[in-house]
Amino acid sequence: MTIIDKTADVPAPRGSNDSGSPLLEVRDLHVEFHTRDGVAKAVNGVNYSVSAGETLAVLGESGSGKSVTAQAIMGILDMPPGRIPKGEIFFRGQDMLKMSGEERRQIRGQKIAMIFQDALSSLNPVLSVGYQLGEMFRVHQGLSKKEAKAKAIALMDRVRIPAAKERVNDYPHQFSGGMRQRIMIAMALALEPDLIIADEPTTALDVTVQAQVMDLLAELQRDFNMGLILITHDLGVVADVADKIAVMYAGRIVETAPVHEIYKRPAHPYTKGLLESIPRLDQKGQELYAIKGLPPNLLNVPSGCAFNPRCTRARDICRTDIPPLFPVTEQDGTELAGRGSACHFWKETIHG
Amino acid sequence: MPETLKETTPDPTVDGTAVQAAPAAKVGKPRSLWSDAWHDLRRSPLFVVSAVLIFFLLVMAIAPGLFTGADPRYADLANHYLQKPKWGNFFQEDWFGYDIQGRSIYARVVYGARASIMVAVIVTALVTILGTVVGMLAGYFGGWIDTLLSRVTDIFFGVPFILGAMVVLTSFEERKIWVVILALAFLGWTQIARVARGSVLTIKQADYVMAAKALGASTSRILLRHILPNAIAPVIVVATIALGGYISAEATLSFLGIGLAEPTVSWGVDISSGQEQLRNAAFVLIIPSVMVSITVLAFIMLGDAVRNALDPKLR
Repeated sequence: MTIIDKTADVPAPRGSNDSGSPLLEVRDLHVEFHTRDGVAKAVNGVNYSVSAGETLAVLGESGSGKSVTAQAIMGILDMPPGRIPKGEIFFRGQDMLKMSGEERRQIRGQKIAMIFQDALSSLNPVLSVGYQLGEMFRVHQGLSKKEAKAKAIALMDRVRIPAAKERVNDYPHQFSGGMRQRIMIAMALALEPDLIIADEPTTALDVTVQAQVMDLLAELQRDFNMGLILITHDLGVVADVADKIAVMYAGRIVETAPVHEIYKRPAHPYTKGLLESIPRLDQKGQELYAIKGLPPNLLNVPSGCAFNPRCTRARDICRTDIPPLFPVTEQDGTELAGRGSACHFWKETIHG
Repeated sequence: MPETLKETTPDPTVDGTAVQAAPAAKVGKPRSLWSDAWHDLRRSPLFVVSAVLIFFLLVMAIAPGLFTGADPRYADLANHYLQKPKWGNFFQEDWFGYDIQGRSIYARVVYGARASIMVAVIVTALVTILGTVVGMLAGYFGGWIDTLLSRVTDIFFGVPFILGAMVVLTSFEERKIWVVILALAFLGWTQIARVARGSVLTIKQADYVMAAKALGASTSRILLRHILPNAIAPVIVVATIALGGYISAEATLSFLGIGLAEPTVSWGVDISSGQEQLRNAAFVLIIPSVMVSITVLAFIMLGDAVRNALDPKLR
């Protein structure tokens, strides 16, 4: 348990525009799954916060715990096998993990909504999209069928689905991927929540459609002044949209930074590796960099820094001590707002 | 319209359908699973034949007077069963001849449809409701609820159907029709429960169930609106096929003398009384048996047709 205690002392990374209390604050969240082969530690002390109107991008590869964190926030984690042994999730100052099931249900959809990755499988195939959109209003606001349908059409217009009036009675399979994702976004937006969690909203989409959906999401977020947690593994997607980035690895946040800083000067070897593995036009003809090795098995996370077996900078200390999230500073010691890196050698990484 | 089209141009699929839909807006009516299935069903000969048969059987059960003016309980010993049926006298009292008591077999076959079909339909309805509820609760909640309900299902599943029905029915003095119905339903729900549980287990993993949860749907809404409509198709198929089975089960129990009994008019009762003179007058036994066979066949064919329409991959 000493491992956990160490990270618990790390202060929660705050956003740069940290005026007032954040909308959502995750503190030292741990999630584990009890499996036949042992306990898989999916999330090991995650801290992050989002304010209204702010976009936090949570970046990480598959199995880094980014989606599990989101599910824990939404309260839709399958428990068992999942378990939250430790941590707090504050929404407007109230710890959601201490609320009753009914209180949390009231928050879901109305205050915090979620957009899922695969819109086709996230829409009920036997109900028309108009019905599913209207369901939000009928259940949460008690509107009549007719009013709900009118609102559904308005929503479909809002997310720019053409001919909304004619298509409101269509079924999910009659829409294209991009349009389905728009419907998912419309559903999440229906009750004008304070916070939207988008779990890889563009991964299942065509590249040409990805940008449209992201633009739409960003625009709606601005209009409604919502907080947005954008979960993705695509560095390209977040660049234009996010305000700050949290990079996750093996259930931990390894680096936080305002969005443009991270592209210019990554302070963690993992982030650096990610950025270097993006194909670039000026590297035409050269071999594309890849981070060596495999992501760690969550049943058996390497001791010390979880990234040490794949890291070029790894020294002995990396194999024994888990690095806390160090505040990152300039070479002369001036603080860089909102930046943190969980690497013993962050100085060498960012300045060297 | 041109403006909305412009916006969708980067999305080729939608653009395509939008362009197509514009000139032929009436053709592209949205189709649900059920309207799709109905579309398939109407074109299936299996369905048409079985539906016509079932339609006639249902009319017979509801209004037997339309088919015959004779009284099925009027016995005239002068009309002995050794008077052979008058096969040429269509829809007449003596079309199928008379039974041992001198009652018109045609009238009895027509009036017998009501008891047999009523038993089967009500049992199927009860079994479907009970089985779906048990299966859904077990499948959705899992854990100890599933363990408990599944073991109870296994226990009932393990009881041999005829033996169980005999034990239950012989414990009743008077075997009215509802006693037979309850006995059959009591023993028959397990198959539906298993099918429903399996179906719910797959559906509850679906992303749209999680999405509904994430958008704040209550458990009852998730079960009734999102899981049930998606999980019900295999249940309906099994129930339709089982309906035929309950008709023969009623006949079997009545034949064994533990199902319906005189003075109730049913095919099973007539088969039972017909066997006494099998060598002298086989038609007394064969005619109600043929009715049972036709009815069972009709429902099984209907079940097959429904299955093909709901899940074409199974064909």
